[in-house]
Amino acid sequence: MSDDAMVMNATTHPGPPLERPKIQVVPLAGLPVVAAAVIFVALSIGFDWKWGLMFNHVVGGGLWTGIDLFVGLVIGPILGRLSIPARAEFSARFMPMMVIIMPTVVMMTLATGFQVARMAGNLSASNPNHAWLIVSFCVVGVMATVALGVLEPANIAVLYEMNKPVPNGERIHRLMQRFVYTAGILGIMQVATLIIMTRLGSR
Amino acid sequence: MSSLHTSEVSHESDRVFPPIGWLSSGALGLVVVGGILLASYAPRVAPLGVATALLCIAVALLISAAFLLARLKNFAWPTFITVFKWALLAYVITSGMIEFAFVHDHTRGSSLVLVTLMLVVFALSVPTTIAFTTARFADVKGDD
Repeated sequence: MSDDAMVMNATTHPGPPLERPKIQVVPLAGLPVVAAAVIFVALSIGFDWKWGLMFNHVVGGGLWTGIDLFVGLVIGPILGRLSIPARAEFSARFMPMMVIIMPTVVMMTLATGFQVARMAGNLSASNPNHAWLIVSFCVVGVMATVALGVLEPANIAVLYEMNKPVPNGERIHRLMQRFVYTAGILGIMQVATLIIMTRLGSR
Repeated sequence: MSSLHTSEVSHESDRVFPPIGWLSSGALGLVVVGGILLASYAPRVAPLGVATALLCIAVALLISAAFLLARLKNFAWPTFITVFKWALLAYVITSGMIEFAFVHDHTRGSSLVLVTLMLVVFALSVPTTIAFTTARFADVKGDD
């Protein structure tokens, strides 16, 4: 069945809209994991716990980069080829997970990154890694601004729209376009992060 | 398939709103730049003039956003407030963590004041953008 036919099926269903389970915008079951991550990060910083700082920074950063690239390069194109109803079904289950996962891995990475740089001596202006570190600050700044100022608001707005009795498909499509427009920027920034971090780690 | 009953055609065009999202995102961008500037000088003391100017512009943008927001009529305030308060909780925790890291690293005096104010702008601007983007498309009675 073509996309158009499916959309027609979905939009011209006779009678009142069918009952759909409400999407939980923030999956509450994930909150204890988030709380554990926050406590772990706070303890690692508070006690200058080298392994804890490194664990949070490497695991958080690895997941952040990996998820961003996987979603942008693998999930995104697959999603684009699915029918609109299938795309909506997938997004309804996938996006609430991202509401929990992404801010948590970003917090783990950024809060401990500065401490790791301080411990490694990279903050010192005379350190040969200092310039690379500043570049990494700029890269992270761009990614954080795009993620927090553009993508996260769109993510939440789409989930709210999907929870309406009759979601506006055109509006959802328009909000989702933000992910398409910024995918290139985020992809370049994440590849730059990989280059910078592997350089810092190998010097 | 029919479990997804979507309306492909917008029955009423989306309202045009003042650029509240742009203003709050702009404030976020400026404090991010200011934060990078301060962090790039650490542990030395950064030149505070540029960072202060960035912070002042960010505060002005955020106040403008709040002013425009307060003047909105027929707006889904219940949705805005619900989203804002939960997002605020999340970003206060994130900001608190960053503040803790700076205090732990012995940032003191004017630099600490500047960092703290930037984090306040950060903690307010992100929830404002999220809540506004969500509420602008919500039903005005706000029961969705």
